Amino acid sequence: MAIGVKVMKRPTQQTSYLRATLKGMALTFSHLLRPKVTMQYPEEKSSKDWTLSSRWRGTHRMLTDEQGRAKCVACGLCPQICPANCIKLVPGEDEEGHRYPLIYEIDEFRCIFCGYCQEVCPEEAIHVGVHYENSEYSRDRFVYDLERLTAQTHPVSTLWDPSDPKGE
Amino acid sequence: MTFFLITSALKVFVVVNLILVGVALLTLVERRVCAWMQDRLGPNRVGPQGLLQPAADGLKNFLKEETSPAMADKALFILAPVVSFVPAMLTFGVIPFAAPLPTRWGIVPMVVADLPVGFLYILAISSLGVYGIVLAGWASNNKYALLGGLRASAQMISYEIALGMSTVAVLLLAGNVTLSQVIAQQQRGLWFVIPLTLAFVIFFVSALAETNRLPFDLPEAEGELIAGYHTEYSSMKFSMFYIAEYSNMVTASALMATLFFGGWDIPFTTWDSTGDPSVVKTLATLIVFGAKTFAFLFTYIWVRWTLPRFRYDQLMALGWKVLLPLTLLYITVLATAIWFLRIRLGWEYGKLMAGALGGLNLVLLIALLWWLDRGRIVSGSVAQEAA
Repeated sequence: MAIGVKVMKRPTQQTSYLRATLKGMALTFSHLLRPKVTMQYPEEKSSKDWTLSSRWRGTHRMLTDEQGRAKCVACGLCPQICPANCIKLVPGEDEEGHRYPLIYEIDEFRCIFCGYCQEVCPEEAIHVGVHYENSEYSRDRFVYDLERLTAQTHPVSTLWDPSDPKGE
Repeated sequence: MTFFLITSALKVFVVVNLILVGVALLTLVERRVCAWMQDRLGPNRVGPQGLLQPAADGLKNFLKEETSPAMADKALFILAPVVSFVPAMLTFGVIPFAAPLPTRWGIVPMVVADLPVGFLYILAISSLGVYGIVLAGWASNNKYALLGGLRASAQMISYEIALGMSTVAVLLLAGNVTLSQVIAQQQRGLWFVIPLTLAFVIFFVSALAETNRLPFDLPEAEGELIAGYHTEYSSMKFSMFYIAEYSNMVTASALMATLFFGGWDIPFTTWDSTGDPSVVKTLATLIVFGAKTFAFLFTYIWVRWTLPRFRYDQLMALGWKVLLPLTLLYITVLATAIWFLRIRLGWEYGKLMAGALGGLNLVLLIALLWWLDRGRIVSGSVAQEAA
């Protein structure tokens, strides 16, 4: 093999292949009987060691007021701040001068889940949610309209709080 | 004659199917034991506890695309999996797997063919398996496959010598190569693992190498050679190599159980081997034989998920410089001891002789372990300094 490489003299118990082999065999056998760490995903979504963080930024959710209308006042801040340009908002106005969204669509494919829309929203209407299972059979189903956004029921993200950076 | 033909045909059918089902379940056992050793659960979705996983895998392999490399030697490429599959299926034929079964028409020995050449047949046929692997490596026209095939041929030929030599010890003690006679001899005294401990150790290590299992899986060596000799194979052709590998494992385990652990003999009782044969005895011995074989299969899997792979030169050094001289020396010592006990003292094989030889083996084993522990037979990446 390699030429001129110095070999350290070590005690037998450190260099014995026999002992190392037996030690390894004992170790693997002990692991055979230990409790397993696998979480059986579709049935089990969290365990005592692991749950989804409350700061998780996932599928959006639009909160509603007492009458069941979206809290959104169509101020236009969220499409303005959205870095991925995934929010489509067409504002409307009723007879009393209240603004509301005529069209409010979020493209979940374009969204990068930064959570800026939730941070910027003055009415606490649009939120990112603690939810990640949004698979569909067609691509166009990933554009969530206002109806679908208000119909979501998962908990909303708490986001990162600068006054409490460690979440305590 | 008719009776013989019918029972033989039935036995062939049952044994081949049992091996195939056993191999299928073994792949599942392998994956689950591996998972447990890594603190995972392993495949448990298809059927209860994942029992149907092998069926799903088999179905997948049937439905997968069959690829054929453009520059491959077509005829040999197709022949290779067959050449490796057939010997793997054939070898189990001479291993007795239970006590004889009485039927209304006569007693049926529970072995497909109790050949007088016994385990020589297994050595001969299992050596043919290497052709399949070398042909696969050659015919693929792929660097990695060729390297895998080369390694396989070198490895299997090297370790076959140690394997064959260690069975000479069994021959010395049993005086016969017929496996049913080997079992009968063990029932007379103690299991051969006691008077032939060292032969068993050598046989076990060589059998690991012969079946291309870790730590001797150099022909496959997925880290270095992608998949070795079966890199270019897909679909059912790949599956045949896989089945061949696992059925070789089953045969090797069954052979170890037969040669050194009394075959279908139930320990601590003579009930199974004396008196009239009965169905209960056949079933009980079948279960015992299965348990022994499974114990070895488990050890195979256990070793695989524990030890790292040898380097090629280490493999060759272990085979030629350690195992071969060791077996030759061992046979010499053992033959002398048997000659002394049998000819000079006139002993017959029994508990006493087995115990005496066991004592000798214990001494030899301790000496060997002491030497193995100090002399580093498997050198590190650097050659040992010249003294």
